[in-house]
Amino acid sequence: MNKQEFTITVYTENRIGLVSRIAIMFSRRKINIESLNTSPSEIEGIHRFTIVIEETEEVVRKLVRQVEKQVEVLKAYYNTNDEIVWQEMALYKVSTDEIAEKIKVERLLHKYGARAILIRKDYTIFETSGHREEIDKLVKVLEPCGLIEFVRSGRVAIIKGSDSFHAKIKAFEKSEPGETVVENEFLDKQDEVFSM
Amino acid sequence: MEAIDTITAEKATPAKKAVTLSGSQAVLEALIAEGVDTIFGYPGGAIMPIYDALYDYHDKLKHILVRHEQGGIHAGQGYARSSGKVGVVFATSGPGATNLVTGLADAQIDSTPLVCITGQVFAHLLGTDAFQETDVINITTPVTKWNYQVTDATELPTVLAKAFYIARSGRPGPVLIDITKNAQLQKFEYAGYEKCDHIRSYRPKPIVRKEYVEEAAKLINAAEKPFVLFGQGVILGNAEDEFRAFIEKSGIPAAWTILGLSALPTDHPLNVGMLGMHGNYGPNVLTNDCDVLIAIGMRFDDRVTGRLDKYAKQAKVIHLDIDPAEIDKNVKATVGVWGDCKETLPMLTKLVEAKKHTQWLERFKNYQQEENKEVIDHELNPGSGEMTMGEVMKHLNELTQGDAIIVTDVGQHQMVGCRYAKFNQTRSNITSGGLGTMGFALPAAIGAKFGALDRTVVAIIGDGGVQMTIQELGTIMQTELDVKILILNNEFLGMVRQWQQLFHDKRYSFVDIASPDYVTVAKGYGIAGQKVTDRQNLREALATMLNHQGSYLLEVMVGKENNVFPMVPQGCSVSEIRLK
Repeated sequence: MNKQEFTITVYTENRIGLVSRIAIMFSRRKINIESLNTSPSEIEGIHRFTIVIEETEEVVRKLVRQVEKQVEVLKAYYNTNDEIVWQEMALYKVSTDEIAEKIKVERLLHKYGARAILIRKDYTIFETSGHREEIDKLVKVLEPCGLIEFVRSGRVAIIKGSDSFHAKIKAFEKSEPGETVVENEFLDKQDEVFSM
Repeated sequence: MEAIDTITAEKATPAKKAVTLSGSQAVLEALIAEGVDTIFGYPGGAIMPIYDALYDYHDKLKHILVRHEQGGIHAGQGYARSSGKVGVVFATSGPGATNLVTGLADAQIDSTPLVCITGQVFAHLLGTDAFQETDVINITTPVTKWNYQVTDATELPTVLAKAFYIARSGRPGPVLIDITKNAQLQKFEYAGYEKCDHIRSYRPKPIVRKEYVEEAAKLINAAEKPFVLFGQGVILGNAEDEFRAFIEKSGIPAAWTILGLSALPTDHPLNVGMLGMHGNYGPNVLTNDCDVLIAIGMRFDDRVTGRLDKYAKQAKVIHLDIDPAEIDKNVKATVGVWGDCKETLPMLTKLVEAKKHTQWLERFKNYQQEENKEVIDHELNPGSGEMTMGEVMKHLNELTQGDAIIVTDVGQHQMVGCRYAKFNQTRSNITSGGLGTMGFALPAAIGAKFGALDRTVVAIIGDGGVQMTIQELGTIMQTELDVKILILNNEFLGMVRQWQQLFHDKRYSFVDIASPDYVTVAKGYGIAGQKVTDRQNLREALATMLNHQGSYLLEVMVGKENNVFPMVPQGCSVSEIRLK
């Protein structure tokens, strides 16, 4: 089986130490995390992790089951790139003088979907979001024009087939688990990712 | 006070009138509410407030002072395994806590319910390299089912309720609660203890899906050569009766993993023996001949499966397990039945047809006869020459009649012990299966005895393993406990030596281990004992050990270079098992 990029989505309690508990499950298996984003979900007290790794489907499937087994993990999913819509965000700090001299800034902004979020005499900060390659392209363009600093975020992703996912996650807010939360979904065929 | 979100949110409204307690008192109140009667522990600076509170609780909670925290946690494991209750262990911060790590890893891989409570330095000293400060939470994260650090006493009742619930529910495992000294000292309004029965992010038990059980039953009913493999899940689920009903109705031969051992009596007609590397001939060979393989509460460890790509490829596999991550982990299941076998087995029993697979069972018996001829007869009745571990087991079985709890350490004696020990009742075999922790047996036997005071406990230990935790003789001395210690001394680290002989051209690299005079060592601890070097004294010595009032140490000198057979060499298929 070939390795490919997988995006793992994990819903967890907001608890100290969980990042470490989850991260070591990858390092134990010698899997490099390409990107990790963790932030509050739309439900108070529940965090959403988005983890990108390159692995075979079999390894990812087993790993995700182990992740979901953790006491404070509510749900964990994995998806290939064609099953998700994803973005990374990037910030670019460039010298205002140099960039004004060398590039038609308006065209640049248009071409790369970037926007200027701060313009000062000495420097300008652009922001863009997109796939990794798109962000990298803009780095290439800005590099000769006095790039001072660059940073990119981890990936955030939305799963295409997530019908009423929000409602299902909401169900975890209740004090008692509903039937859907405890059913035997693991042994179902994996195509309906969102059966809970 | 931050980051205690759900804990405070889940906290029930106080029904009773609140009383003022210290964090330490709240810990002990929680233990009492959870039905704990025995604690294994070792005091130290950062856990002193809890020990101070314990002084006033000594009539309600029995504390066993061990000689090393590793001994404490193995004793907790032995206690949990013999009693079916949660083992409780106390240790101080720093070295006290790090000494628990081996036991935590052992309990994690062998699914043993434990609650370990460690002291920690004052919260304001966390991260300052204070005296005896270590990052216990991060050190123990990969080897605990759950862990949590408490810095505020008001959290303690709910955190401990969660700890016990998590440790014993679902697939059990070890939980560690690290409590800073300030939280132990802190006085707070204690509103009573409420047991935990639900955590929103945790699903210990699924609702069993009937269609999978039906599919499994269909496969079983169509099978001509079905074969059951059972593991500790049967014991952990208290499903021994349900298991027996299932195999008896379906007439399916059943073989055990070393952690499943004793769930089914040894002389049950459908008990066909042990699986795996040093298991019995028939179960290993016929794994690759059966048409339906039914795995119940076991995890297809590599020591059971041998080479995976040649493991039961011809068979349809049914896997019953409470842990969904185990299904398809090592062996792909045709039908996975996720659930507690206490529930799933009766459902399955109802649907399977009553059968007797006489011819199929006969094949196991034929292999058994061959194994008897080639291996077992000589091992149990060598007649002349050096003593064998097997003959010690034979006499022990005859004397205990299979009623004793047998605790084994790790190595050749463990394999021989598991192969030949006779068991009539469940929870009688205690061994370190997954982690293979040498030094496990002596402290685990102490715990096992405290967990089953009315039963005879025999710890069978090699001359290597006993020297790893021999200090626990001190615990036996002080508690005046009755544990029988049987050292099978072959003057080698025998299992490693066997591998060096078979796979490393007999290059015996650092396996030649010297022993102290164990009988004298025991005597120093006030424990009676003797050493047997002659066959003619063996049986009487074993009888003396078993009849002795109180603990007894018996050292038996066995053949130096005896090997354990049969054996599935590493990297080989189970059907390539060697008889010599």
